[in-house]
Parts: sequence; structure tokens; C-alpha cells
Amino acid sequence: MSAPVSGITLVTLAKDIRLEWRSKDAINSMLFFALLVVVVFSFSFDPLAEESRQIAGGLVWVSFLFAAIVALNQTWARELRNQVLDAYRVSPAPANSLFLAKALGNFIFVLILEAAMTPLFVVFYKLRALGPAWQLLPVAILGTWAIVVNGTFFAAMSLRTRSREIMLPLLLFPITIPALISMVEATTIILVGDPATSAKFWIVLLATYDVVFTTGCLALFETVLHAE
Amino acid sequence: MKKAFPILALLTAVFLSYALYLALEVAPREQTMGDVQRIFYYHVPSAWTAFLLFFINFLASIQYLVRRTPSTDKVANWLLITVAVLSCVAAAIIGMVPSLKSALPADVRLSSIATTGPIIAGLYFLVRKLFSLEGVDALAITTAEVGVAFCTVVLVTGPLWARPVWGIWWTWDIRLTSTLVLWLIYVSYLVLRRFSSSGQTPVLAAALAVFGALDVPLVYFSIWIFRTQHPQPVIGGGGSIDPRMLHVLLINWLAFLCFAGLVCWSRYRLEMFKRQVEETQALEALLEPRSVPR
Amino acid sequence: MSDPKAADVQPDPIISVNNLIKQFGRFAALRGVTASFQAARLYGILGDNGAGKTTLLRMLAGLTTPTRGRITMLGSSDPRNVCREFGYMAHPSLLYDEMSAMENLRYFARLYGLQDDSRCAQIIASVGLDPNLQRPVGQYSQGMRQRISLARALLNDPMLLLLDEPFSNVDIRSAREMVKLLAHMRDSGKTIFVVTHQASLLEGTADEFVWMQNGQIINRTPDLKFMETA
Repeated sequence: MSAPVSGITLVTLAKDIRLEWRSKDAINSMLFFALLVVVVFSFSFDPLAEESRQIAGGLVWVSFLFAAIVALNQTWARELRNQVLDAYRVSPAPANSLFLAKALGNFIFVLILEAAMTPLFVVFYKLRALGPAWQLLPVAILGTWAIVVNGTFFAAMSLRTRSREIMLPLLLFPITIPALISMVEATTIILVGDPATSAKFWIVLLATYDVVFTTGCLALFETVLHAE
Repeated sequence: MKKAFPILALLTAVFLSYALYLALEVAPREQTMGDVQRIFYYHVPSAWTAFLLFFINFLASIQYLVRRTPSTDKVANWLLITVAVLSCVAAAIIGMVPSLKSALPADVRLSSIATTGPIIAGLYFLVRKLFSLEGVDALAITTAEVGVAFCTVVLVTGPLWARPVWGIWWTWDIRLTSTLVLWLIYVSYLVLRRFSSSGQTPVLAAALAVFGALDVPLVYFSIWIFRTQHPQPVIGGGGSIDPRMLHVLLINWLAFLCFAGLVCWSRYRLEMFKRQVEETQALEALLEPRSVPR
Repeated sequence: MSDPKAADVQPDPIISVNNLIKQFGRFAALRGVTASFQAARLYGILGDNGAGKTTLLRMLAGLTTPTRGRITMLGSSDPRNVCREFGYMAHPSLLYDEMSAMENLRYFARLYGLQDDSRCAQIIASVGLDPNLQRPVGQYSQGMRQRISLARALLNDPMLLLLDEPFSNVDIRSAREMVKLLAHMRDSGKTIFVVTHQASLLEGTADEFVWMQNGQIINRTPDLKFMETA
């Protein structure tokens, strides 16, 4: 009797979190990288409070994207050492459990990075949401999942390529454009708070994007995992 | 085959020249934009050709993924047939129910709804009939490369047109932006094909093409919403078109299609020859006499 | 006593391969391997580097697919369908360096749907290691690491073991103990394939030696005499 998909997903996720907690090398360097990104952006764009609300949406999400790339690039690092992926491939465990575990792990990871970067942005740009701030939560969750689900998938794809680290953003960025537009627009609308506009369309579009691509990744991940 | 190619090339050259003549001399002068508008006859056919090629790439990629196992192949075939039937049924239903009929957007006709499904299914089965599993992969590379070439033409002629007429190089025009994203996706597709060291490169590339295809409607929709909130100038003009201009446009498109067909044909043959050479070399390596154990 | 060739006629082979060919571009790793293998035997697969031993083993484990040819393994044509019935061990340890032996085995056991921790402890002890050792596997000596790697391959109590270079860089004493363990498992009915450069370790234990060269099987012998004449 094989273990259910969810069981193996949770066990794998727990293992990854445990390992990351023990070494903390990835999370520490990435938090520092995230801080650097915020500072560099703040030096490059030093706006007044009114202008900052207009552009902050874009700045914040672009910096989240760059931080996420660094996180995504090390998704499979531990599995590549000692060829652990082979052990996974010869086991009866379904490929999708592994994918979901890695995607969820990255999701948590990137959310932590975002949680660390947001207060810094608020401080540097004197940000305040004039619109319904609670809407930022679904935007953050749906937007982060959009980046992470495709990122984990393309990270696995780029395992079989030369120049692995550059292949990931190269494949990811074009596909992520509609999600990026949605995230940026939704965030800007919420920050600017113009009562005539609503972020609802964008949130629905993000949700659609998430559903479409999560389905696509789950359908095709097994093929990618077993590619030699 | 070999004899037909130079003749067809010559015919295409003549056709293209004729189409160019029509575009430059015969087509009426545009009211507001003047002669600069004539780049339209280069820009739009390139776009339609690129989109058609990318669509064929999408069909070829799906086929490559499903035809490797007989069960998925059958499922895919039935799915396509269902799509064809459904679109006709949908058109019939909309036609019969007046409230639905009036809900249709202005420029969408019943005949377009009815024919879309069968055309897609028809193209799919045509590709399936004409190309083997390996041929389908070669078709995918071919259409991707030639498509990117035509797409580059669109992205270059767009700004060239926009600058003298509207004074700007670029705008987040819905079609131009969608074309840009499509170009980015397919360039990344070509990079993946080149950089992949795996024996399963065709599978990975096909997966990427499917992702790209899923992305395109989302891109279009997101930019459409974007534009309703941030009104931008429209490059290329919308609305109705003078029938004489339409005539020249269609002739140009036909000429472009002939040209694209020729280029694809050459590229496809090149790709198949390359694979044959590789197979022969592999076979030779296999049959090399082994050293006798002593 | 029993002639290996006569045994081919008897019960159904546990594995039979037919004209296996594997090509990576112009490099032919396997050039047409045809063979049958019986159950409850220990096979030593020998040959120079590049002979195709690892490729053959990986193909039997379902990690790589043949360019041409067929595999029939435990009644199935695709090793992945019968993945519960075999264990695979390679030269890299296939383990997480940062976790202890018990943690590693516990995780991989879950992949097979096994929830039993005591079984993991049992297996670790059976390869001669301490299940309570908290030291991360990355800090083990090579001999210990090979043994815990073998333990992982034994988790699902497989009928068939595919071992690639299990003795490499292992001290003589540990290696001899591993061979004893393998012989014991063979005697209890398991079929074992060992790819190795150290053929002498298997002398007297292996039922048959399969000699490979240039991607083909060139001989199958019950002892190592062929090596002296090769």
C-alpha cells in the first residue's frame, strides 16, 4: 500500500524545514541579500511620499522577484549532492509529492523573505496603504505562489541544462509576466486607494493564473523529473 | 521534392514582389498617417504569420508529449474531436437563443465561433498525419525558429511605425505587448533547446511550449485590464478597414505565408537531415568492431 | 556443482534483457546486451571503466531508458512498475549529508510507505552500524557511508538488489563484512547484482561473474580464472 501523496509531501516538507533550520546558511544569506536589494532600490529611487505610492507596487514586487530567484536556485541543491534524486526516482513515491513539498517549502521561504523586506520598504518609502490594506494579503499569497510554483518547476527543468543558474530566471520571467502585472497593479491600487478603482479584477486574474499553472506543473513534473 | 523547391522559390519571389508593389503603389493613401502607414502591410502579415507558426508549434509540442504513449494519444484525439463538435454546438445554441446572441461582442460572428474548433482540430490531425513522432519535434524547432524571426520583424516594424506617426517608440499596446511576451517566451524556448544537455530535450522544450501557450491568453487579458485602467495610445488602429486596403493586406499575408512555408520547409529538411546523420553516426559507433579479449 | 548454463533452462529468469542498446549521441554505452539472470544468485559484474556496467545497472533500476531493446524484470517490461521489489545503491551515497543515519532511513522509509521506525533501526544494525548514532552521515568514514547506503537499499526488503561499486574506498575488514552480509542475503533468497572493480572480494561467494567490455557481455564464468587470461 503506498503512502498518500499528502503524507509524503508533508514528510518531505518537514525534512526540508528541519534541514534548513539546522544549517540556516541559506536563509541567513538570503535575508541579508533581501536587505541589500531593498537598500539598493531605495538609493536608486528616492521619491516623495506621493510619488512613492505610485511606484512602490512595482519596486516591491520586482525586489521580491529577485530575492525569490536566489531562493529558487537552491531548491534542489541538497538533492543534487550525493544524487539523492536518484533515490527518489527509484522509490514508488509519486513525483508530485516531491514537487508540492519543494514548492511549499519555497513558498514559506519566500514569504519569510517578503515579511522581512516589507517593513524596510515601509520605512524607506514612508508607505501607507490608503486603500483596503487587508487585500494586500491575498495579493501577497497568490502572487508569491505564482512565482514559486513556476520557479520550482523551472528549477527542476534547468537541472538538465548547462548554465543552470541563468536558465531559471530566463525561463521564469517571460512566463511570469501576467502574474507580475497583476501583482504590481493590485498593490498599486491598494496603496493609492483611489475609490474608483478596485484590485478585485487583478486578484481574480492572479487566482486564475495560479490554478492554471499549478495544474500544468503537476501534470508535467513527473516527465521533467525522469528526464535523464 | 528537390526540383519543386527552386520553382516554388521563384514563384514566391514573384508573388512577394507583386504584393510589395500593391502595398507601395496600388493601395490607397491613408488619410491621417500618409504613406508611412504602408508599413502596416509588412507589420500585420508578419504578426499573423508568427502567430500561426507559434500555434503550430503549440500543436506539435502537445503531440510530442501525448504521442509517446498510446493511451494519452487516444485521449488527446478524442479531446480535439470534442472541441470541434462543441464549438459548432455552441454556435448553434447561441444562434437559437436570442438573449445569448445579443450578448455577443460586436465583432464576433457566429461563423467564427463555429469554425474555430474544427479548424484547430483539423490542423492538429493534419500535423498528426503528415509528421511522425520525430518529425513532430523537428516541426516544433522549425516553427519556433521561423516564428521568432517573424516576431522580431513585428517588434521592429511596430516602433518604426509608431515613431513618425505618434511620436513615441513604444506603448503598452495590447497587441504589441502580447507579441513581445510571446517573443520572450519563444526565445527562452530556443535557449532551452540549445542549452539542454539531456537526451530528453524535446520533452522539456515541449513542456515549456505548453506553458507558454497557457500563458498567452493570461498575458492578453492582463494587458487588456491594464489598459482599461491606464488608457494608452493604440498602435495600428482598430475598427474598420477600407476594403481595398484589406485586399492588399490579405495578398501580402498570402505572400508572407508562401515565404514562411518555404523557409520552414528548408529548415525542416535541414533538421531531418541532421538527425539522419546523427543516427548514422550513432549506428556506426555501435557497429565498430570491439577489441578482442586476450 | 551445478552448471550455470544448465540453470538457464530451469525456473523463469528473474531478469532477462534482450539486445539492450544505449547511446549517448555518438557514444555507445551498451551495444546489444542479451542475457538472463536467475533468482537467489549473487552476480558479480566486472569489466574496465567504460564497459557499460553502470549503464546496465541504472537501466535495470529504471533510471535510464534503453535506446533499443527490452528488459523483462519480475514479469514487467518497465522497472519502474516493480520499483518496490528492488533496492538500488550507487557510488554517491544517495543520502542527505546533514541528517543522521536514523533520520535518513526514516525519511526514505516513508517514501516506500513504511512507518515502522524499529525496522529502520534493525536494518542499520544489520549492516553493522549504530542506529543511535546522531552524527550526520556526511561525517561518516567511507566504509560507514557505504554501509548506510546499503541499508537504505534494504529498506523495503527487496527481492532484488542492484549495487554499484559498494566496496569502493572501503577498508578491507568492512568490505569483507559486507560480502558476508550479501552472501547471507543471497542464501535467504535475494538476487544480488554487484558491479565492482574489486573482483577478488567476491571470489568464492559470487555464483557467477559476468564480464563486460565495450558495452557487451563477453563472458560468464563461475570463477575468476578468465581474468588471468584476459
